[in-house]
Amino acid sequence: MQPETELALADIIRKARAPLSIIGGGTRLRPGEGQADRLRTTALRGITLYEPEALILVVRAGTPLADVQAALKAEGQMLGFEPDARPGSTIGGVVAANASGPRRVQVGACRDALIGVRFVTGDGQIVKNGGRVMKNVTGYDLSKLMAGSRGTLGVLTELSFRTTPIAPVSQTLSLPGLDATAAIAALTSALTGPYEISGAAWLPGHGAILRLEGLERSVSIRRKALSARLAEFGELTEGDPQAWLLLHPNIHSDGDLWRIICRPGEAPALIASLPHVVAVDWGGALIHALVPAGTQPALPKFSGHATRISGDTQVILPAPDPVTARLNAELQGRFDPRAILQGAG
Amino acid sequence: MQMPEPDQRVIARRDAISAALRAAVPDAVIDDPAETRAYECDALAAYRCPPLAVVLPASTAEVAAILRICHAEGVPVVPRGAGTSLAGGSMPTADAVVIGLARMTEVLEISTDDRLIRVQTGRTNLSVSGAVDGLGFFYAPDPSSQLACAIGGNIGMNSGGAHCLKYGVTTNNLLGVTMVLMDGSIVELGGPMGEAAGLDLLGVVCGSEGQLGIVTEATLRILPKPSGARPLLVAFDSSEVAGACVADIIRAGILPVAIEFMDRPCIRATEEFAKAGYPDCEALLIIEVEGTAPEIDEQLALIRAIAMRHAPIEFRESRSEAESARIWLGRKSAFGAMGQINDYMCLDGTIPVSALPKVLARIADMSAEAGLGVANVFHAGDGNMHPLILYNANKPGDLERCEALGADILRLCVEVGGCLTGEHGVGIEKRDLMGVQFAPVDLEAQMQVKDVFDPRWLLNAAKVFPLDASASRREGRPNAA
Ligand SMILES: Cc1cc2nc3c(=O)[nH]c(=O)nc-3n(C[C@H](O)[C@H](O)[C@H](O)COP(=O)(O)OP(=O)(O)OC[C@H]3O[C@@H](n4cnc5c(N)ncnc54)[C@H](O)[C@@H]3O)c2cc1C
Repeated sequence: MQPETELALADIIRKARAPLSIIGGGTRLRPGEGQADRLRTTALRGITLYEPEALILVVRAGTPLADVQAALKAEGQMLGFEPDARPGSTIGGVVAANASGPRRVQVGACRDALIGVRFVTGDGQIVKNGGRVMKNVTGYDLSKLMAGSRGTLGVLTELSFRTTPIAPVSQTLSLPGLDATAAIAALTSALTGPYEISGAAWLPGHGAILRLEGLERSVSIRRKALSARLAEFGELTEGDPQAWLLLHPNIHSDGDLWRIICRPGEAPALIASLPHVVAVDWGGALIHALVPAGTQPALPKFSGHATRISGDTQVILPAPDPVTARLNAELQGRFDPRAILQGAG
Repeated sequence: MQMPEPDQRVIARRDAISAALRAAVPDAVIDDPAETRAYECDALAAYRCPPLAVVLPASTAEVAAILRICHAEGVPVVPRGAGTSLAGGSMPTADAVVIGLARMTEVLEISTDDRLIRVQTGRTNLSVSGAVDGLGFFYAPDPSSQLACAIGGNIGMNSGGAHCLKYGVTTNNLLGVTMVLMDGSIVELGGPMGEAAGLDLLGVVCGSEGQLGIVTEATLRILPKPSGARPLLVAFDSSEVAGACVADIIRAGILPVAIEFMDRPCIRATEEFAKAGYPDCEALLIIEVEGTAPEIDEQLALIRAIAMRHAPIEFRESRSEAESARIWLGRKSAFGAMGQINDYMCLDGTIPVSALPKVLARIADMSAEAGLGVANVFHAGDGNMHPLILYNANKPGDLERCEALGADILRLCVEVGGCLTGEHGVGIEKRDLMGVQFAPVDLEAQMQVKDVFDPRWLLNAAKVFPLDASASRREGRPNAA
């Protein structure tokens, strides 16, 4: 099913008698998702409004991410949260997954750039929230609630974003000799100074990588200061600007992929406990690791959570506390009382 | 302003309720009518009502104990930070217990490595930055009330400030909270990077105006302080040209930390009061950029080039701390200045920046029609307007005309694609205009969220939603049935 209008989509949902899986491009599915009858959003496409001088974009949910990125690039702008461009990915899927890339350390996640939504609830109601202005505290912020809800509360039909100007100069710098643990200390040192770092990660073969963006003279001044600050970790060299694209998890055949969110200060202990770290992003707050298939990593106590993102079923450690679990379940019950919506990607 | 009838059965049990509260939290209960009067309103002082009692807990556990009692007794609860809300968000009703967070001001943790600070939510906004200042960090959201307002209130209202063009508002700088639900259960929301495993509950709690739970602790993102900052002032002979200049600056990819706009009536009033030496002009912009001195020079040169294309009547770049202070002086004293010469009502609508010229022209017409002056000062980078409607409180009928004009201006904001409030919140002030911006299903979806967090609608329930829209839920309270 691939409705061409929001009204048609609402009608399908109202008439549905069995669960539906909401699918954009199907590129961000997690274990267990996409199993029910598929309701595709890809026919709901097109940019409804773009005002570069106001940094505002409104776009229908099924629009390919690539189209959105191209339209913005033509005006020297971008989605600041830098979602990874998986072929076929839709903007609705990006929001449903709250997909956010390296620049999150500077400008925040997808949910931070999302300023308005339209969606259809599980009982077929068309709801709007937020709008097309950056500052808005009129009523509850359901846009945030929808971001990352993975198609369990409603089907997103239209999204509004705050866009970000593309900086004239972008420089990737690296400390190639560092292993993951040593990299955390270097990234922390960089992020705790006034350098306006727009990416701070670690990759095998690349070491610690940092990104500086802005006006030309400004970048060169900050680069000098940063080199001095990081001298104890080695010489800051020109890095590979393509490295940022490698940070996104790929499916591996030799184990299950886990995504771990933690405080950067907790990252070294977590890294030490993991058999194979694939990548570290967000200055140490995001770790991707491979764990032998079907097993759970023995993680030290930490303040975030770990999610298995490949395999058959989703696993989240630690399990949510009972109050949070109740709030999650009841919200889902309210927005989708007949349990029609079965998740998206 | 209409408020629901207080629950007489709650009022009749006042002494028993006070006694129960006192037993749970000795020395924290205020129920002497002479003292509860201090809590009868917030900064929207036109509306007042002393509460049943006030409790000033010192810990999350005490908040939980108080809420368990209120929940069991069916007593409405109003959370309160510093009471600086301009929307009546912390105004009580006669049957309500106010829970004030003013004693909960501790810093619980600072980690510069993790770029965060954890505080009790009664702590003031400015003192959060103060706690990390010596470490070279700051907390970005900076409402003008930052000396007084509490972090809990900032979270309640999702407050912003002059610098939010670059750093975002409260929701973009909040990583987690400890919150007590109305039934007394304690929950932690958010996590590292502000991210929890399930739904983004933190995102919906921020800005929910004390209706979902009482936030007792908050983890906030702190940022390294920039090396320096410098403002410039540009004056124009038309508001339209000033608006076009703002658009061009943003279009050029420059993101200053602040772009503030003042129109002639506002400049004139401010000059009489603060004598900042602003030029005689129709509109002026104050633009601030950050970085090391050479970085600032580089940005200012670009802004200068853009501004010059709009033939400004004056372009003033600060070259010293003293000049910077003078440039900001007028803007910072604008509200106080207006208050000296007139009674005024401060609106808080948001519009798409592209609609600025049209909206300013319409406001001028509407102001003439209503026979009331309007002065405009606002955050131009993000379209958050603060039209100040001048009236005479002693003149019969003036307040009513002022309120009607205010409502018309807010309707105009929505009509051009904006919204009713950009930072002050809905509270009781804009509650009855919510239908202008939202369809019934939109409001219903929001109220469903409240149903889940506070099924009996005891927390600050007469706010945000039009009274008729929330009536059946509020009246569904078991004790009121
Ligand atoms: C002179 C002046 C200038 C202002 N400038 C700005 C500005 O620039 N930007 C801006 O955004 N606002 C501004 N405001 C409005 C106001 O200061 C903000 O809304 C502020 O966040 C309110 O904080 P407070 O602690 O005073 O909250 P209160 O007024 O006590 O409460 C505000 C709301 O939050 C709820 N609440 C308070 N504490 C908690 C808690 N712990 N848990 C759950 N809910 C809670 C209350 O129930 C109420 O709904 C200004 C106000 C004044 C008087």
